[in-house]
Amino acid sequence: MSVLQEVKTLTINGREASARGDETILEIAREHGIFVPTLCHLHGLSPVGGCRLCLVEVEGANRLLPACTTRVGEGMVIRTDSDRLKGYRRMILELFLSERNHTCSVCVSNGYCELQSLSRDAGITHVRVPYRYQRYTVDASHELFVADQNRCIMCTRCVRVCEEVEGAHTWDVQGRGIEARLISDMNESWGDSDSCTSCGKCVQVCPTGALSEKGKSVAEMSKRKQFLPYLTLMRDKWK
Amino acid sequence: MTKARVATVWLDGCSGCHMSFLDMDEQLIELAGLIDLVYSPLVDVKAFPAEVDVTLVEGAVSSEEDLHKIRMIRERTTVLVSLGDCAVTGNVPAMRNLFPVKSLLRRAYEENAAQPVAALSNDVLPKLLERVRPVHEVVTVDVYVPGCPPPANVILNTVRAILSGQPAQAAVNSRFGM
Ligand code: SF4
Ligand code: FES
Repeated sequence: MSVLQEVKTLTINGREASARGDETILEIAREHGIFVPTLCHLHGLSPVGGCRLCLVEVEGANRLLPACTTRVGEGMVIRTDSDRLKGYRRMILELFLSERNHTCSVCVSNGYCELQSLSRDAGITHVRVPYRYQRYTVDASHELFVADQNRCIMCTRCVRVCEEVEGAHTWDVQGRGIEARLISDMNESWGDSDSCTSCGKCVQVCPTGALSEKGKSVAEMSKRKQFLPYLTLMRDKWK
Repeated sequence: MTKARVATVWLDGCSGCHMSFLDMDEQLIELAGLIDLVYSPLVDVKAFPAEVDVTLVEGAVSSEEDLHKIRMIRERTTVLVSLGDCAVTGNVPAMRNLFPVKSLLRRAYEENAAQPVAALSNDVLPKLLERVRPVHEVVTVDVYVPGCPPPANVILNTVRAILSGQPAQAAVNSRFGM
């Protein structure tokens, strides 16, 4: 038995739990019905720990740790729901809302957006930092899909699904920090992409209305993420 | 029991929040027992009165007139409620913030107009602020009710909660967009 598969015992929100050594804090939380908000994480894609929404407290650690990328350890004492964490999560969501132009009322994904519903669940009634109001590109050159970067939160789910599941690597990230933005191929328009297979996986995993199907109007763009766990399950069986 | 003095105002919004307010239907009768509507687009009072207990603000702050109004209203109001996404986030009116006012006016009144008017040198048009702003970026807001529009029952519950001294409980069932 590899070290990673050894059983670890730990405490999460005051409850005793056991987990395999290769499980993450997020997985063990979900197994115990403990909700930890996530945005960049999506089951079936490699975790990147980018959005920081899933930060948790681990006793003895000198900083907060992302639940999606942190493996469980023997004797860990984990808290997922302190007021401090809730405050940070609200702050992160408000920064997302202020950074680009998320006008929910006219968005194709109104009612289906993960940023929108997590904000409501976090009790956000207004954004305390000033909105930036910067213009981002809208690329409608693809025959079937639209990429509106005004609504992108740079979670990179599209980048990962395209590379890891579809194997096309059409999407990538250009620039760093607040300048970071999504590009297709060598920063060409999506419609001119030679690598894009038009499979639509990126559209389906996008948590917001940034990637959508053409022809969808306000509040019509629900996403079908169920395909992903199925595809990865089948792939892992094949291995 | 003395009735609460309540006002509603309409800044840069589509009047949808006021329509939603009217959607309370027969519950408006209950509300009428609790409040005196002292100023509103729904009643015929010309000037915003002094000593208002609760003011519901629909719309973002877009023009110099809006700015002047909201400051005066804040001074005369005890509990100021930012009602709906335009007031709370800037929403659709703030989508113009991605363009300079000058090019916006030219596009609307010169380039795209059947009968163009010289928008930039016109003193009939309200003076637009360079940026549309949510109400709380301009004055202190006490209660926020997001939603486009917030549903009628959310507005009713908000007013009830404020009148019974529990404004923090207001607007729990509301979100951006709606
Ligand atoms: S387009 Fe969507 S999936 Fe891709 S990075 Fe932006 S928000 Fe994430
Ligand atoms: S979900 Fe863990 S960092 Fe984004």
